[in-house]
Amino acid sequence: MIAFLLKRAANAAFVMLAVALLAFVIFRFFGDPVEMMVNEQATQSDRAELRERLGLNDGLVTQYTRFVTNAVQGDFGISYRNQQDVMVLIKERFPATFELVLVATVLSLVVGIPLGVITAVHRNSRLANALQLGSIVGVSLPSFVVGILLILGFSVSLGWLPGFGRGETVDIGWWSTGLLTPSGRAALILPAISLSTFQVTLVMRLVRAEMLETLRADYIKFARARGVPTARVQWRHALRNCLMPVITLTGMQIGNLIAFALVTETVFQWPGMGMLFIQAVTFVDIPVMAAYLMIVSFIFVALNTLVDITYAWVDPRLRDDTARAGGANG
Amino acid sequence: MHMRHLLLATAAVAGLAGAAQAENVLKWGANRDIGSLDPYSYGDSFTINVLNHVYEGLVRYNKDLKIEPALAESWEILDDQVTWRFKLRQGVTFHNGNPFTADDVVASLTRVSDEASPLKGNLPAYVSSEVVDDYTVDITLNGTYPLLLNDLTNIHIFDKEWMTEHDALKPTDIGAGVEGYATYNANGTGPFIVESRQPDAKTVFVKNADWWDTPQHNLDGFELLPVNSAATRVAALLSGEISFTNDAPVQDLPRLEAAPNVSVLEGVDLRTVMIGFPFRDKLTTGADNPFSDVKVREALYKAIDLDLIHKKVMRGKSRIAGATVAPPIPGYAPELDELPGFDPEAAKALLAEAGVPEDLAFEFSCISDGLVNEEQFCQAIASMWSRVGLAPKLDVAPRAVQSPKRTNGKTDVYVLGWATLPMLDAYSPLLQIFHTKEGNAGVFNWGGWSFPELDKLIDAAGSELDLDKRLALETEALGIVKKEHIMLPLHQQPMAWAVTDAVTDMPLFPDNKPRLWFAKVNPGS
Repeated sequence: MIAFLLKRAANAAFVMLAVALLAFVIFRFFGDPVEMMVNEQATQSDRAELRERLGLNDGLVTQYTRFVTNAVQGDFGISYRNQQDVMVLIKERFPATFELVLVATVLSLVVGIPLGVITAVHRNSRLANALQLGSIVGVSLPSFVVGILLILGFSVSLGWLPGFGRGETVDIGWWSTGLLTPSGRAALILPAISLSTFQVTLVMRLVRAEMLETLRADYIKFARARGVPTARVQWRHALRNCLMPVITLTGMQIGNLIAFALVTETVFQWPGMGMLFIQAVTFVDIPVMAAYLMIVSFIFVALNTLVDITYAWVDPRLRDDTARAGGANG
Repeated sequence: MHMRHLLLATAAVAGLAGAAQAENVLKWGANRDIGSLDPYSYGDSFTINVLNHVYEGLVRYNKDLKIEPALAESWEILDDQVTWRFKLRQGVTFHNGNPFTADDVVASLTRVSDEASPLKGNLPAYVSSEVVDDYTVDITLNGTYPLLLNDLTNIHIFDKEWMTEHDALKPTDIGAGVEGYATYNANGTGPFIVESRQPDAKTVFVKNADWWDTPQHNLDGFELLPVNSAATRVAALLSGEISFTNDAPVQDLPRLEAAPNVSVLEGVDLRTVMIGFPFRDKLTTGADNPFSDVKVREALYKAIDLDLIHKKVMRGKSRIAGATVAPPIPGYAPELDELPGFDPEAAKALLAEAGVPEDLAFEFSCISDGLVNEEQFCQAIASMWSRVGLAPKLDVAPRAVQSPKRTNGKTDVYVLGWATLPMLDAYSPLLQIFHTKEGNAGVFNWGGWSFPELDKLIDAAGSELDLDKRLALETEALGIVKKEHIMLPLHQQPMAWAVTDAVTDMPLFPDNKPRLWFAKVNPGS
């Protein structure tokens, strides 16, 4: 087990290093931050001097090594544009993104699971077909279109909900939350719906497929034969056995949602990490871009590693497989 | 860190309490947020524009964009011709209550001209400054220089005691990893005080009741609400969540005009859009460069149908330009604005005369996030040039990608917009663009041209203290620019702001900078 853990950890570290290297190679094509930092009247020598001071003249390897050395110590440098410590900037924005992702995830489960059960139980009914069709629309509509449609409907035409921003927030320690104020909760609704659209359909389709499988199982037939009420059979006995993959998927999708929240955040001017990243790209703010990529990939890698470890812990066969494969090679 | 959150929390509570009363609050939906609260930390004219509501300079632009006294009441040039003596306004206090004195001016000028300051280029002639007495300051320049006042409009004055107390005398330095107190806090003399700030979400400004000047606005405060996405900004204006935007997207203007609660304020920007040429021996393709021949540049100008671009691409909202500066800019003269006349046959003849090979390929560099409809007018121009037998290769990319290519001479023909900011004088493009590249001059001379006769005129203008003589020199210099077709002016681009009916008065400035100290709103909005 320890060997397995070490191996997973080493894999994770390797992935992070690779992401950092890729990031640095890509940044070369983003352009020159100095041209964005100085004003019109700066002379050529001013520009050259600034470039030198920022260490942009150093080779790729030197810049990469310096970045990794500092990053390991939790130091991502200072944002060019905001002139703030990058970790502080990201720490400030993280709660906004996290609350959005959390609410979107809850929404996707609360809406997606019942819809999945309904479409499985009443398959071929008109309602189920309509829901299936709707889910195709949900999967195929890009999230910025969903966002704009929601804004047009609920903000411009009906005037019920705010179309942008996060409302009033309350600080609890370093965490700023919008969940405790009415305007904060109202502001959360449209972005959360927009972000969860895809997820809802994903959960619904997964639950449907699992339910169709499970409903054919023998124990369901036995339960029916024993006279257990149909609703109880479907919503309790069957559904429970479908939830394991849903939970796995949801866990792994959190990383995705955090990464893809940047589209939703841009449409709704949600002051989260994605918004920060988009602006960093416009201004070639390399420290912010690098830190964002590292943190998001860290979340991805951490979630995946956790899921793998949990699986191995739950299911010893996975561990044995690795051991056996290693043995065969040796 | 901890202190700051406490402050923010207090401010948030105060904001909630304040919201209950009917107040005149203007909600400004901008297309992006300011970088920080420190105007000196990043060369961003939008940040400086917004923070001008909090910080002021020694002089300022009035409603007609003429320079008038602000924190300085009067000034004179001393006998040595290089020292300027400023008499400061008395009885002015900073937002923290500290009195404004000569020390503050010297400390601020020192801060902005520090080695690490990205804005030191905004004071190009500055050498040193000295306190004469509490309300008199001497500023020494590196020579006779007529445009110091123009430069000083954008140099914000900080409180020295406040900077000393918070270790902010020097600007922030990213290279050295130094953060600054002024990044998070502001303390100026201006008409508005920063009450709270949540980056990318909301910055709240309240009226400075102790402002030294008589307010022409009726605001109790305003909120800066960045909304980056254009569609969301339009929606927010329609739903009344914002009451003003300084960037109404051109494609949405009909929709906004049709809305009952929104008015669009349209004007022509000072920014002149021009095409520049390489003067190097070879093009980026390796072929011989024909553009250093004035006949070729003239041919390319005659091949462009300016009228068609104005009507179709700019939807009739631009102003066709023949001069490289806009009419309100000092140094402009009507005869400079004469148009070349669209004549593709004459263009072909000129190209043949200059011996330009058929289907000459060259790169045509445009910026995707730059000027109004830049990508579209670049495509139009490229096809107009194709029609006279050239083969321009359109290269469109974001500013961050194009800028380094241009400064390193890795491009051929390019588009540049110049608004003469922050100077608002023809000397700005003459020095920065048209002068030979040397020392402080010609930073934007990306083509690498050199016209000694022109340089002489520009240098003379740069040290001529008599206004009329200086403007005559500038006009003469612009005449050479025109005659030589160094750059081809296309148009001044349109600008559009929009307000809801909550706003009753919002003067539109051609430098595209909102000045809310002239704004009025309906009481209680």
